[in-house]
Amino acid sequence: MLREITLGQYYQTESVIHRLDPRVKLLGTILFFISLFCFKNPIGYAIARAFLAAVIILSHVPFTYMIKGMRGIVILMLITVLINLFVTQGDVVVSFWKLHITKQGIIMAAQLALRISMLIIGSSIMTLTTTPNHLTDGMEKGLRFLKAIKVPVHEIAMMMSIALRFIPILLEETDKIMKAQLARGADLESGNLFKRVKAMVPILVPLFISAFRRANELATAMEARCYHGGEGRTKMKPLKYASRDIVAYIIMLVYMGGSIFAGRLNIFRFM
Amino acid sequence: MRRVIFKMDIIRTKDVVYEYIRRDDEGEVVGITTAVDHVSLSVQQGDFIAILGHNGSGKSTLAKHFNAILLPEEGSVWVDGKLTSEEDKLWDIRQSAGMVFQNPDNQIIAQVVEEDVGFGPENMGVPTEEIWRRVEKSLKDVGMYEYRKASPNKLSGGQKQRISIAGVLAMKPKCIILDEPTAMLDPKGRREVIEAVTELNKKEGVTVILITHYMEEVVGADKVFVMDGGKVVMQGTPRQVFSLVEDLKALRLDVPQVTLLAWELKKRGLELPEGILTKEELTESLAEAYGR
Amino acid sequence: MSMIVDHINYIYARDTENPVYALKDICLTIPDGQFIGVIGHTGSGKSTLMQHLNGLLKASTGSIYFNGEDIYDKGYDLKKLRTRVGLVFQYPEHQLFAETVFADVCYGPKNLKLEKQEVELRAYDALRKVGFPEELFFTSPFDLSGGQKRRAAIAGVLAMRPEILILDEPTAGLDPKGRDEILDQIKKLQTKENMTIILVSHSMEDVAEYVDRIVVMNDGEVFLDNTPKEVFGHYKELEKIGLAAPQVTYIMNGLYERGIPVSTEATTISEAADEIMRVFNKSNN
Repeated sequence: MLREITLGQYYQTESVIHRLDPRVKLLGTILFFISLFCFKNPIGYAIARAFLAAVIILSHVPFTYMIKGMRGIVILMLITVLINLFVTQGDVVVSFWKLHITKQGIIMAAQLALRISMLIIGSSIMTLTTTPNHLTDGMEKGLRFLKAIKVPVHEIAMMMSIALRFIPILLEETDKIMKAQLARGADLESGNLFKRVKAMVPILVPLFISAFRRANELATAMEARCYHGGEGRTKMKPLKYASRDIVAYIIMLVYMGGSIFAGRLNIFRFM
Repeated sequence: MRRVIFKMDIIRTKDVVYEYIRRDDEGEVVGITTAVDHVSLSVQQGDFIAILGHNGSGKSTLAKHFNAILLPEEGSVWVDGKLTSEEDKLWDIRQSAGMVFQNPDNQIIAQVVEEDVGFGPENMGVPTEEIWRRVEKSLKDVGMYEYRKASPNKLSGGQKQRISIAGVLAMKPKCIILDEPTAMLDPKGRREVIEAVTELNKKEGVTVILITHYMEEVVGADKVFVMDGGKVVMQGTPRQVFSLVEDLKALRLDVPQVTLLAWELKKRGLELPEGILTKEELTESLAEAYGR
Repeated sequence: MSMIVDHINYIYARDTENPVYALKDICLTIPDGQFIGVIGHTGSGKSTLMQHLNGLLKASTGSIYFNGEDIYDKGYDLKKLRTRVGLVFQYPEHQLFAETVFADVCYGPKNLKLEKQEVELRAYDALRKVGFPEELFFTSPFDLSGGQKRRAAIAGVLAMRPEILILDEPTAGLDPKGRDEILDQIKKLQTKENMTIILVSHSMEDVAEYVDRIVVMNDGEVFLDNTPKEVFGHYKELEKIGLAAPQVTYIMNGLYERGIPVSTEATTISEAADEIMRVFNKSNN
């Protein structure tokens, strides 16, 4: 059940996107996000979609695998879309009871749905094609300038990478504890909110204890392997830009230029 | 002369004492458990050593002294000639004496096998190319090279423990301490781990200190220490130790089934040699006795 | 009063490209008061099957009858089934949560909405049955030793007074002392309380010592289902699926091959010693 959530979990395969420097992917993702808010016309969307499609194909990650991982977020997306559909004022198309669906509402909701799904797919491509270690390396190196203002960049990066490794383990553990308490007659579904929160105690207490125990053991294991912070540490996979990274930066610039241009087009037409 | 003997000992402890102090909610001391009680022993370079004992016998606490995770309250521990209480030697000591723990999940740091194996050398500041060489060699040594790009979450318990062993190997230690590495594994996983460790000891000459309560795993060891109540209560070759079936039973420890059967048969009047350890030995002796 | 597993299949990840057939056409009859051992390597489907027996997982096809009723019938109270078929998971001490051992053991019967007095009576009774020392009843479960924690957790399931008790590797990670004590207590539940016991184990020696019947699982299927002697007689087939017989079986077969006319049926040390002595005494006479 819980272990079927694949959102953001590294998908192991060989592809150009996998081999890109994580800094490129990090910046690329940020630029892609910005671009999504730059334009409001179909041409812009078409460019963004084409760009995204190209990246997906290049990444060799099966599209169905990506979509499967998104299941959990679909509900959130539906709610946002529905709110926009009904709340937006304008020319009424259909109305029933007290609710009106307007033409602007439909456009707004459709745009939003597109944007959110592209946002999610865009960011999951980064995590699907980059190992967490690589990703945190990218952040560590890309954000190194923050060290000057005493931000512990290495430590944050290390914490993130460990958290990512333990998420699936803890999810599985939650599943197991839940089943064990169900086997002791636990009732997790009925009763009012207060009762339900109370019913979670037998699940949360063991889960926290287990998490602390794991953290403790992991810390000992890391120390036993000579971990003593980022000082004097070398890298097994040091980040070095290759020519493909330069090419990727250029493609990104072109894409960004295209998006801004498309955005402009929009402004000209409606002004 | 003394120095020569000293150099051959990879680990030496002298009168080591370690106590756990239990406190109540107010911080008052409610009890003291002496986990390690005046233990003196030495382990020679290249040996395969087993430390046996039931839970709470102090074997894991003692093991944690071998790479300075714990420091003795009384007495001293030398690892490769270095005193563990000297703080500036800490990283040297941990590099010479690597440690593998019980829970396979709680000692793998990275999400890709090869990156995890590289973690130790990275911490030690080993140059990148050398890290790659070491990772490749270590993974090949434990037979996990083909899984180098895999996620640890997709591996079996025995495979995960072999990754952990590779992670220690990549630090080029002189000695590997395994603290109940097989306690959470199924029989297949247990076999894999013990085979990998035995190989390393034989082929690479790495000193192995195996802490366990599975007797079958220590039959091939050079020397066995049995702990109880924080003390070393027996030591010797497996043959010597396992011939003391009654003493082991009194310590509530297991004896390999073969040894147990031989002991039972002797008790019933059959004439068999002392300390039978393997199936072949037993079959041979029985066949001989039967033919007579 | 018994359980019948009738042709169940369990498939997960059904709507994906590669569905997993975790259980394939399982049929079992579990009569009252039997001590059954379930063996199989990791991933053979034994844990999945156990979770079907108390309704935590629902079979994709097939039925399970408990005391004559189909547990998949509409309106069948699965919550009640879970209390009558107790399931002790692997490392059960990881589910302890209450402030005292006693309170933790009370959790199960409390969920059954029993009177306070009855709840406490059952908790007391369960702790006693697993041999938990009385002076530790009101200490925190987190201060206990590994073996004591395990007992407290088993008592937590026992306190619901199940008719069938399933234990998934109850001795994993324990030392020989803790292992023997727990298995002895479990055996007593069968002999004294006439409880049906299903023991999932990796240890062939333990299984040989304690159970009346062995179910061997392989690749989601029942591979063998018979008495220990019959099952371990097939030791060569067991090896093919990554399992083994108890060491004693190998010794007896080795002796037989060397021309000592022993029966190879023995599976425990004392049986083997008896048999070897019988043959030796016979040849002396």
